[in-house]
Amino acid sequence: MADASTSSHGDLKLTRITKSFGDFTAVDDMTLTIPQGSFFALLGPSGCGKTTTLRMIAGLEEPTAGSIHIGDTDITTKKPYQRPVNTVFQNYALFPHLSIFENVAFGLRRRGVKDVKEQVEKVLKLVELPHFADRKPTQLSGGQQQRIALARAIVNRPALLLLDEPLGALDLKLRRQMQIELKWIQTEVGLTFVHVTHDQEEAMTMADTIAVMNEGRIEQMGSPAELYESPCTAFVANFLGQSNLIRGKIESSDGESSVVQVNGQKISLLKSRNRSSTSSVLIGIRPEKIRIGLPEGLTSGNTLTGGIVSDVSFVGVSTQYVVEMPWKQDLMVFEQNDGGTPTLRAGDPVTLSWNEPFTFGLDGSEDVNAGAEMDGEA
Amino acid sequence: MAFLQAAATRATSFTGKKGRLPYLLLAPGLFWLFAFFVLPILNLAATSTQTPVVGGDTGQFVQTFRLANYIDAFNASREQFARSFIYATLATLLALAISYPLAYAIAFRSGKFKNFLLVLVVAPFFVSFLLRTVAWKQILGESGFVVPTLRALHIIGPQTTLTASALAVVTGMTYNFLPFMTLPLYASLERIDPRTLEASNDLYANGVTTFRKVTLPLSMPGVVAGTLLTFIPAAGDYVNAAILGNPNTTMLGNVIDSRFFRIVDYPTAAALSFMLMAAILILVTVYIRKSGTDELV
Amino acid sequence: MNQAPIPTLPLGRRISRWFGRNIIRIYAVFGFTYLFIPVLYTFAFSFNNAGKSNLTWRGFTWSNWTNPCGAPEVCSALGNSIKIGLIATTVATIMGTLIAFAIGRHRFRGRTTTNLLIFLPMATPEVVLGASLLAMFLAFRINPGFWPTVIAHVMFSISFVVVTVKARIASLDPRLEQAAMDLYANEMETFKRVTLPLVMPGIAGAALLAFSLSFDDFIITNFNSGTLVTFPKFVYISAARGIPAQANVIGSSMFFLALFIVIAGQLVNRKKVR
Repeated sequence: MADASTSSHGDLKLTRITKSFGDFTAVDDMTLTIPQGSFFALLGPSGCGKTTTLRMIAGLEEPTAGSIHIGDTDITTKKPYQRPVNTVFQNYALFPHLSIFENVAFGLRRRGVKDVKEQVEKVLKLVELPHFADRKPTQLSGGQQQRIALARAIVNRPALLLLDEPLGALDLKLRRQMQIELKWIQTEVGLTFVHVTHDQEEAMTMADTIAVMNEGRIEQMGSPAELYESPCTAFVANFLGQSNLIRGKIESSDGESSVVQVNGQKISLLKSRNRSSTSSVLIGIRPEKIRIGLPEGLTSGNTLTGGIVSDVSFVGVSTQYVVEMPWKQDLMVFEQNDGGTPTLRAGDPVTLSWNEPFTFGLDGSEDVNAGAEMDGEA
Repeated sequence: MAFLQAAATRATSFTGKKGRLPYLLLAPGLFWLFAFFVLPILNLAATSTQTPVVGGDTGQFVQTFRLANYIDAFNASREQFARSFIYATLATLLALAISYPLAYAIAFRSGKFKNFLLVLVVAPFFVSFLLRTVAWKQILGESGFVVPTLRALHIIGPQTTLTASALAVVTGMTYNFLPFMTLPLYASLERIDPRTLEASNDLYANGVTTFRKVTLPLSMPGVVAGTLLTFIPAAGDYVNAAILGNPNTTMLGNVIDSRFFRIVDYPTAAALSFMLMAAILILVTVYIRKSGTDELV
Repeated sequence: MNQAPIPTLPLGRRISRWFGRNIIRIYAVFGFTYLFIPVLYTFAFSFNNAGKSNLTWRGFTWSNWTNPCGAPEVCSALGNSIKIGLIATTVATIMGTLIAFAIGRHRFRGRTTTNLLIFLPMATPEVVLGASLLAMFLAFRINPGFWPTVIAHVMFSISFVVVTVKARIASLDPRLEQAAMDLYANEMETFKRVTLPLVMPGIAGAALLAFSLSFDDFIITNFNSGTLVTFPKFVYISAARGIPAQANVIGSSMFFLALFIVIAGQLVNRKKVR
């Protein structure tokens, strides 16, 4: 359907892009290739430079250094209206003085396209609002405005569609629904979507590739599963879901795995999952991978003993435990409510265990709390 | 983050680049203000130190840089100076007292009639300024309803009249400049989130404390703007004094007017104008500084 | 079922509580009464069978309304005011709007000075504005009259236009213009199709304000109009010997006309929003 997909060289390439505002560097020497047809998410806390990156791609901001290409065309200094790029703005930015029809037709008319009426009707059908053409934007609900903003952008069949926190203004339920619809529409029209968000769940639901940004740089890029299962920095481990990170020292290695000494207890770590180049290492384990039980019960895999349950919260699908370890660190454990585990109470002594391959290792010099508590709004 | 966003919006109002265009946009208007506001004021400054041509006709003056003109002019019109500021202050305070509850009622207690009431507040001022002033002359006059009522209630004696008095002048001024007070007050009250008032009540503040600690501070920009917008025209006004007053209630405006047209003494008129303007500007600056709002400028 | 009796307050307490709750509303009623007394007077006396002096009530008549130009000079004064108002409004609105766009949309050197130059005429008493302009006209041997009055009216209206339009521009979401650019509209098209239509209500409001300032101005006009009589000047001059009832007819008509424009404007706006 898209014009752009007929040429095979529609990749977006950012080469050594830097953007500074006075002394503040919003984007720092970033290089990034987004393959044509992908649903790409730029994820990060507010102020990480993701919106600035998006605005440079849209042409609303000029990079201080570096270049931007779509395929072989250099668009670094092109005006917004000269780029085959369209944006779904935060809060939609629908023209309040124009009808829905004229809003959607705006880009087509500016480009002098002939069959405006036909195309607008088609795209309104696609976003399932075919009977709204004559209304004004203020007569629509938030979710409907969001779809019109999307329709207004995709009707132009841009090589690249940018989405700036497009679901930020919607309530949770509508958000979930729109996430699924956006993903569906992307597959339907086959455009490249670049989606900026601070919501890790939103990014994971929709994108095939996520780049996690922090302080103007990309920390890690990969598929949602890759990022989640094998984070390579403490920031990614904490920002994308929750992680338990424990300091340790590599004692010995044999064949495929190393033995890590953690406050007097021994943990096994696959060498392939260890990102540390020294013997100092941060042991990482996701809370839902951990099994929790009375001291005598659990022995298989990696185990940590001597924990005391300090808090229990029941959240429906799971029960979340906070366990205080002998070295005064709190660890999180999510236990499925499948009836398999007896309910524990605060004060109960427990042992934690998990399958060895779930363990990941990070550089020992990193801050254990990097990226935690940062999941705010942009 | 506010910084970043500000930087982003500034950098991206894409027409916001420097160039010749803004100067072209400014040129006609600023030229006009320069030619018909700045130059006349400078010319006025020059006129204010002139003296009559010796042996010349009325209206002929020569530049002698006589600064004593100011002292003479001030000494000759001390009373009017004092009256201008006292009347304007009184009118401003009265307007504030009348407008604040009115603006408060419209902002918080009018429900869906808000816009309608707002129109009603401004509507009387669509009747010509002069006609309104003359109407007050009738209302406060012998055949109006106020004087007979007050007499019947023995509030004023049978000989007392209300027209041609300082009271009438202040009443007229208060009324005539009222919208300049009400509208800024309304604008700042309307911006207050009613939930902050509820929060204050929730935090054990009663109605009076809530007003003193929350409503009033939050509406301060409106109070400042309103006071200035009322005081400035009131201090320079002479229409109310001319129509509603008597020879003992003349204000500085009346003097300037008569120096210009009747006595043809331009230097004195100029010196008085300058002093009035300077006095107002100083008062305004001090007031803005003290109240800590420079939103107006 | 044993229902507890609903406690009732003594009458006195109830009345004082009602007052406590409604004091603001009661006050507002008084406030509006005060605001409208002079209007009612003006309106009522437009039906006065006045003869020469319209100060006392002498009986009801329609004749002032059927013959609004009956009194000498009333209609020529009104005509002058309207002419001056229309010309001054047009010029001031154009110039003021241009300045507002320069300030609201551009960065340039001399911004602070510009803002000061806009603010000062609003902070200067009308006598000073009028007297200084007249003194300059006299110095250049320009006789006061129609055009000097127009010039003066443009001068004091510009600032108000700038402030009104600037506020509208400031309230504009910059993302709307960015969206237009993103949708292939170049600078000119963005201005024509998005910026200008969205700022238009502000410009219209500014023009109405400028016209009403001009139409109602007496002090500055009095200094610069020479022998030309405008409507406010007519009222001022005749105030001493009695204003003809026709002036009240015109004042009342202006009141209803302005009220009509404002209410119609609000209704149109509401329709647009909905």
